[in-house]
Amino acid sequence: MTYENIRIDHRVILELVEPRSTVLDLGCGEGELLYILIKEKNVRGQGIEIDDRAIYKCVEKGLNVFHGDIDSGLSEFSDKSLDYVILNQSLQQLKHVDSVLNDALRVGKNVIVGFPNFAYYKSRLQIFFRGKTPVTGSMPYQWYETPNLHFLSISDFINYCRLKKVNIKKSIYLNEKGNISLLPNLFAQTGIYLISS
Amino acid sequence: MITEKARERLKSIGIVAEKARSQVNNIGVVETRYFSFDELMLESGEKFGPVTVAYETYGELNRNKRNAILIAHALSGDAHAAGVHAGQNNRGWWDEMIGPGKAFNTNRYFVICANVLGGCKGSTGPSSQNPKTGKPYALEFPLITIGDMVECQKRLIDHLGIDSLLAVAGGSMGGMQVLSWLVKYPAKVRSALPIATAARHSPQQIAFNEVGRQAIMADSHWNSGNYYSEALPAKGLAVARMIGHITYMSDVSMAEKFGRQKKNSGQPFKFIDYFEVEGYLRYRGNSFVRRFDANSYLYLTKAMDNFDVSQERPLQDVLNGIDAKVLVIAFKSDWLYPAYQSKEIARACKLSGIEATYCEIDSTYGHDAFLLEFEQETHLVSHFLKKVFFEYEVTGSYDV
Repeated sequence: MTYENIRIDHRVILELVEPRSTVLDLGCGEGELLYILIKEKNVRGQGIEIDDRAIYKCVEKGLNVFHGDIDSGLSEFSDKSLDYVILNQSLQQLKHVDSVLNDALRVGKNVIVGFPNFAYYKSRLQIFFRGKTPVTGSMPYQWYETPNLHFLSISDFINYCRLKKVNIKKSIYLNEKGNISLLPNLFAQTGIYLISS
Repeated sequence: MITEKARERLKSIGIVAEKARSQVNNIGVVETRYFSFDELMLESGEKFGPVTVAYETYGELNRNKRNAILIAHALSGDAHAAGVHAGQNNRGWWDEMIGPGKAFNTNRYFVICANVLGGCKGSTGPSSQNPKTGKPYALEFPLITIGDMVECQKRLIDHLGIDSLLAVAGGSMGGMQVLSWLVKYPAKVRSALPIATAARHSPQQIAFNEVGRQAIMADSHWNSGNYYSEALPAKGLAVARMIGHITYMSDVSMAEKFGRQKKNSGQPFKFIDYFEVEGYLRYRGNSFVRRFDANSYLYLTKAMDNFDVSQERPLQDVLNGIDAKVLVIAFKSDWLYPAYQSKEIARACKLSGIEATYCEIDSTYGHDAFLLEFEQETHLVSHFLKKVFFEYEVTGSYDV
């Protein structure tokens, strides 16, 4: 397997995770990221996912998964029992973002959060010129069918971390082509953060 | 070799097709075997014996003896989990799951299923003859536990020369045996598959069992358990089974199966089996009487009610340090063993550091689902077992 075949956000997360660490992927979907992390970094990985069909795919890959709702909490994990808790592209779909993030920061020494940036310039242009809810590569849904419940921007998340005294250890910003660093709240489609409490 | 004409004729009466299918997917003819030992120390501290265990095996034990899977049956099950007995055509109770190429693939695994202690299908139970009196034990039979059933299975696998089991799997009461195995013999279990089960019964589960027991004991033929040479407590046992069947189904599955369809066109108020569902329950109740012993029903339901795998301690405490992989399966519409009980098992596994997967299968069949949703179960079980058998972390060939 070559790194080129891996989704760009997965590649970023792969680089953030230390080899042989323990990882919990919240909203792991069909388990692609977990699979790569186990294969490439020899992590001890497990996931939580709510969708039936995705769970079957995870089991097919040999992954340990828990079929359930992240919003109902992480009571099965004790404090700082995991090296990494990953919330990649699932944060904006949670009902109780604040309590889930708190729980993730409680059980994980590090938390990796990845979400689509609502303030991406293309979204802004769509709202401004067309007066429509934006549909972009990282938020490819119409307003009536989107699984996203929260629409947050890079600045929103940074403010949140400041407010809650969450330590941002690393931030990586991506557009369709790769990493960017200039004016991320305007030019990043996706923000990925390594945070800790 | 048969002629084409004869083949067509056989096909029309279903024999050829049946044979062809059995060659591809099914085990074919199987036989119940028996293993006896002199004495068993029960969990109550009482010594009991002799004990006979009825069992069946499917597939072949491999050279290093590391492909053995024990299947534990539920309340009304028996050792006949797969295949057919010679001259008969009723398939084993989990035939859809056990066989060549099936979830418990007998081309790869050696599968064992034994009738539980206290049962009435060949293993020693209250209907067995007490060697001291020459009569059936009836209520002289000691109170047994899920752990005692496991102890008998342990003796059986020792007898078969198996040091560790690749997996122990079972639903409902079978799932309790799976959990008991995990706690009693952690070094002998490489993986566990508790399905639609609980670490301990809730008051609701005890309550349903108690109503079943009361129905049996209220039957005058029950006669304090001494009915073996006289009329059986058929009405009581049938009612117990009817209650059971209601709890095994769901509102949706009953509506789908029966609706408000009428079985008889007579007057509705004459207390005949007017509705289809009434006829079904009566039929199920009556046919159960022919194949099950009322005293076994009392003893086994009591063993289930008394079961508490962690003995009032937190479940994760008794699972600590166990090096086994666990697959917990529950069913959405199962209200007798609700999914939260399975979730609790999976959570406790995680808290104690056991690698566990939990899956809630979307089914409308209620508790019966564990015997019916074999497609989804097959998917989960076969991949899980492969991982344990080949000892990989994740599949090697998966294309991401």
